[in-house]
Amino acid sequence: MKKKITNGINVFLFLLPALVLFLVILIIPIGLSTYYSFQDWNGIGEMKFIGIENYKTVFSDKIGLGPAIKNSIILAALSTFIQLPISLGLALLLGKGIKGERVFLSVFFMPVLISTVVIGQLWLKIYYPEQGMLSILLSGIKFGSTSIEDLIVNWINNMNAKLPIPKPPYTSVPWLGNTYTALACCFIPVLWQYVGYHMLLLYAGVKSVPPELREAAKIDGASDGQINRYIVIPSIKSIIKICVIFAVTGSLKSFDLIYVLVAKPKVADVPSTVMYTQMFKANNYGTGSAIAVMLIVLCFAFALIIGAIFRKED
Amino acid sequence: MDTNESINRISTVSKVLIYVVLGIWTVINLFPIYWMFTFSLKGNDEIFGGNMMGLPKHWLWSNYSSAMKTGNMGLYFLNSAIVAVVSILIVLIASLMATFAITRLVWKGRNLMNKFFMLGLTIPIHSSLLPVFLILKKLKMLDSYQSLFIPYAAFSLAMGILICSGFMEDIPKDLDEAATIDGCGTWKTFFLVIVPLMKPAVSTIGIYTFLQCWNELMFANTFITSGRFRTLPVGIQALSGQHTTDWGPIGAALVIATFPTLLVYIFLSKRIQDSFIAGAVKG
Repeated sequence: MKKKITNGINVFLFLLPALVLFLVILIIPIGLSTYYSFQDWNGIGEMKFIGIENYKTVFSDKIGLGPAIKNSIILAALSTFIQLPISLGLALLLGKGIKGERVFLSVFFMPVLISTVVIGQLWLKIYYPEQGMLSILLSGIKFGSTSIEDLIVNWINNMNAKLPIPKPPYTSVPWLGNTYTALACCFIPVLWQYVGYHMLLLYAGVKSVPPELREAAKIDGASDGQINRYIVIPSIKSIIKICVIFAVTGSLKSFDLIYVLVAKPKVADVPSTVMYTQMFKANNYGTGSAIAVMLIVLCFAFALIIGAIFRKED
Repeated sequence: MDTNESINRISTVSKVLIYVVLGIWTVINLFPIYWMFTFSLKGNDEIFGGNMMGLPKHWLWSNYSSAMKTGNMGLYFLNSAIVAVVSILIVLIASLMATFAITRLVWKGRNLMNKFFMLGLTIPIHSSLLPVFLILKKLKMLDSYQSLFIPYAAFSLAMGILICSGFMEDIPKDLDEAATIDGCGTWKTFFLVIVPLMKPAVSTIGIYTFLQCWNELMFANTFITSGRFRTLPVGIQALSGQHTTDWGPIGAALVIATFPTLLVYIFLSKRIQDSFIAGAVKG
């Protein structure tokens, strides 16, 4: 009996540090966020219960969350249908077993470790209008007398001229400063940074396919393409599922890169940047919390939906 | 014979093709990093004067001293290092202890407790941002090291426990029993038998936590209000706001923030990759 009690005390003491951290920083805040999301509160005055008013605001046009969600869904789609196939292609190439496979793997994974702020700053320079690398590169590629840069400037100017309040024409492309190119320009660094991440996970899956299976298929006359199509890809389906979930929820949650690249012009918001503005610029704690709660629910919902889609495929 | 030859030819062609593809992707991966290092050593005359992509003609080390002096990168580097080290220590202690309770001690509900902690792998930091900010404000702890290392440790904890469980389950249970027979209590067994055997887990958790803290922006941007406790990501943002036209010092700051990570990666690439795989596959 006494032993049992000491065991109980020990269990409690061993769990204590982790449990306190976990409850105070992760679990209780979820409850608090949910609570705030039903209040009208600016952080200084009294809280006032207003039911689902904040959620109504969130889904109205007032704070621009609609376009932000649209942007993050576009990012999610681009990640799933452009980034993941590149990652899968690289993983299949490397997983087949070629010379220098570890070196390539390590180089391709490297961008994942670099701070997103650093990457954002780097791309900020690349996208610098007129004198930045991208502009210089694209004005160098010419068809007759018009360069690619000219084509893009003309396209943006044409689009702007059709607006109800036309904007003055640009002379060079403001890559991050206009709504037509900003989102695509945000996606390219995302692609650059995270292809390696998904590639690593998929590569680990490809490597776990028993080599005998590969050999047997080869003896039966299967080509590399057939082996990948009928043996490797079906057996790494669960990892592909994880990658899709990460790509989608990661896009929904993305903050750093968008904050660094387009925070000032506010041309391409995502839900997190709208949330941040509501919380710390507008001091609408209730509305900001409603966005936070909605984001968590969306992430879990998308994870479940993607899981269900993959199960249905079986 | 003929068919063999043609098959061989096809496979040589496809081999060359594979290396071309991998080579192109290698260049795409390395070029921005190469460019960061080179423009950190150039003046504006070279960056905008036709030597944007080449090696610097005059190696302008003064960019680094101005990043250190006017940009305060030295202080921010130190702050980032302090926050990272303390976070790592907390994660190590808390996750080693919790994992011991979950995998070695016998009690009802330990599986449930493990699942509970694993929730932490999927909870985004967004839901904690405002509540933790308000808690810190109430405790007058905003703008301090602890306002960062406590939340950072909490968010790396689930991963720490996950990594620890993997290694701790590999330690044979006989060792605990032998220790008990030798008269070791639970705590002695933990400190003298289990902890010394967890060295590989310690380095894996250390690296993972380091990367999380070193690169984090959202919390650092919110919880730190003065220049004194700024970490590198926030410091770089501030610097780039001041030096909009002078790129060299910004490049230097980017290199200062990145080289520790790359250095660690060069020596521990396999271990770092493994920790990312472990986290994804179970999470």
